[in-house]
Amino acid sequence: MRSPEMRRRVLGEYAVTGPSLLWMTVFFLLPTLIIFAISFRSRGEYGGIGDQWTLETLKALRYPNYPSIIWRTIWMSVACTALTLSIAVPVAYYIARVSAKVRDTVLLLTIIPFWTNFLIRIFAWKSVLHPDGLLKHFLVFCHLLPPDAVLLYRPEAVLLVMVYTELPFAILPLYAAAEKFDFSLFEAAMDLGASRLHAFFRVFVPGIADGLLSACLMVLIPCIGSYVIPDMVGDKDSMMVGNVIVKMTLEHRNLPAAAALSSVMTAVMFLPLLYFLKGKKQPDGSAKPAREVV
Amino acid sequence: MLTQLKETVELEEFLKFDRVTKSYGSLKAVDDVTLTIRRGEIFSILGPSGCGKTTLLRMLAGFDTPDSGRILLDGEDITEQLPNVRKVNTVFQNYALFPHMTVRENIAFGLKLKHLPRKVIDQEVDKMLAMIQMEGCAHKKPNQISGGQKQRTAIARALIMKPRVLLLDEPLAALDLKLRQRMSLELSLIHDEVGITFMYVTHDQNEAMSISDHIAVMHDGRVEQVGTPAEIYEAPRTSFVAAFIGDTNFFDGRISEVVDSEYCWLDVPELPPLLCFNDKKKAKGDLVHVSIRPEKFSISVDRPQIGPKQNVLPATVEDIVYQGDHTRYWVSIAPDWRVAVTRQHNRFMLDERSITWGDKVFISWQSDDGFMLERYSEKDEDLLQMPPQLPGDEPVPEAPPPASEAQSGEEEGK
Repeated sequence: MRSPEMRRRVLGEYAVTGPSLLWMTVFFLLPTLIIFAISFRSRGEYGGIGDQWTLETLKALRYPNYPSIIWRTIWMSVACTALTLSIAVPVAYYIARVSAKVRDTVLLLTIIPFWTNFLIRIFAWKSVLHPDGLLKHFLVFCHLLPPDAVLLYRPEAVLLVMVYTELPFAILPLYAAAEKFDFSLFEAAMDLGASRLHAFFRVFVPGIADGLLSACLMVLIPCIGSYVIPDMVGDKDSMMVGNVIVKMTLEHRNLPAAAALSSVMTAVMFLPLLYFLKGKKQPDGSAKPAREVV
Repeated sequence: MLTQLKETVELEEFLKFDRVTKSYGSLKAVDDVTLTIRRGEIFSILGPSGCGKTTLLRMLAGFDTPDSGRILLDGEDITEQLPNVRKVNTVFQNYALFPHMTVRENIAFGLKLKHLPRKVIDQEVDKMLAMIQMEGCAHKKPNQISGGQKQRTAIARALIMKPRVLLLDEPLAALDLKLRQRMSLELSLIHDEVGITFMYVTHDQNEAMSISDHIAVMHDGRVEQVGTPAEIYEAPRTSFVAAFIGDTNFFDGRISEVVDSEYCWLDVPELPPLLCFNDKKKAKGDLVHVSIRPEKFSISVDRPQIGPKQNVLPATVEDIVYQGDHTRYWVSIAPDWRVAVTRQHNRFMLDERSITWGDKVFISWQSDDGFMLERYSEKDEDLLQMPPQLPGDEPVPEAPPPASEAQSGEEEGK
């Protein structure tokens, strides 16, 4: 039995969480479900959504190119996440250790790219990587590249620009975790015989595990959904699922097929997320609350 | 104690700070400090916040490098050695236990880095766990154990490395009073068991007094005095030491007459001439400052019969603070001059008529019990305990313990 006091408290909690719950339901959960539903609709005559239920689109998912595209999407995203984190963790460590003045400057430099439109920044990369661009001429001049080498329109270029784009999103949560990190632990590790590198990997990296996890998600999820970058700096061998969905929507005007592909990607991303949200089992059996993770 | 025995055997310089200086910007944190620490002793560095004691410790641990001077450990110059090579280990003020590791993993951390065989590590860790009596908590994470247990884990984690010197940075500051007393006892037991030299940094004079073989009192980056606890208390060299450790009264006057090789007459304004022990061999006309501890005075209602080496002064009781085992009186011996006097209750107190506010009393003391200071600074008088503001009020609460030693000032400077 709940006492009236208890009931009032529960009511209060609902009142507080209600608005955001409503928001998420209307603008996030419902659209996702609608897209899921559309994938079982037939294709409309003039590119719209038909009025029959069908499993046709599911058959279309067996298109022979899809597994390799999905596989590429996943490995490119994982590679991008790994590269981004391997740059962002030392940067976060550096920012947390320098004096307050330098820290503010570096943080500002981290955020400055956001002042320029995302598309424009990619165009900037295009001109940097361009066959007639400065970078290529410089590298050829240094005899680091043969004159016929291509920098643009290849998977490596996509990866490079993706890492560039995601870096601030990794640095910021990692810095937030590193700033809270107690650096006397670092000294304690060195005191016990650890080298700087040892202390970094054995004490600092586990110490910012929470930030690492959220940085991981912050990078991985946008990567999996990316389509602009592969479209602009990649070739057909760097096509990702996002590009296929765009193609389905705009060129083939096959909305149900696009919806089906979206639903598959949502499921692919959602499953590992579910694992994280459930939390790693603690040794005493208690689960870590999900909100600590994200 | 065990260590005192050793002292007589080995008087060598085991650990030496040789004219060490360290500044942060314009702040001289440690100013030309020379200290010698004997093998196997508990050596305390005592001083208020910002006196440089933590800086001194950090230089010994290797986290900071002196601007000038050397640190010698058993004859070897370790000034420039990295912390991970030095054979010294630290118990940090906040313990700095690794939160993602269990107690056992924390203790094993240093040995694992040495790549010892698993079996050896397990054995050593078990020995340590037994010593600190925490076998039951070995699998727990630091946030699941109490403050005292964290403290013990931190000590075990450092001791397992078999350091030449164990550094303890305010190890008891985070514990409550009762636990602090117990842990300080435990610390001396551990010290006797392992026989390692301890260097103990604290701002708490009681802690330092009870645990140390020798104490160095630091103030403003300098060492004011080094000595045994009794020497520091009974024979303070400076007004700072006298006022910071325990409580005292200062008498300033000129020597009016040197009696013999040991005594002199002191002319103190507003008071009759006082007989004073002249251990500093001062000459007639010299200005001297004498420190007399409150418990050296006797207080009585009737004029006491005094011997030839005693002084007596009439006084008026201004304030009384009853503290169970003793009572503290503030008596005025001249207008605007109050002297603190304590009286032990070694007899049942309620049997006699007690001294009360406004009573005319006499205070007397052995002239040997006053101690001439080598250096005197008027601002040290602020450290003395003052009576409550209004008669009948609550006693003045003790000053809150100084915040963690100059961390803020010294750390931010980097």
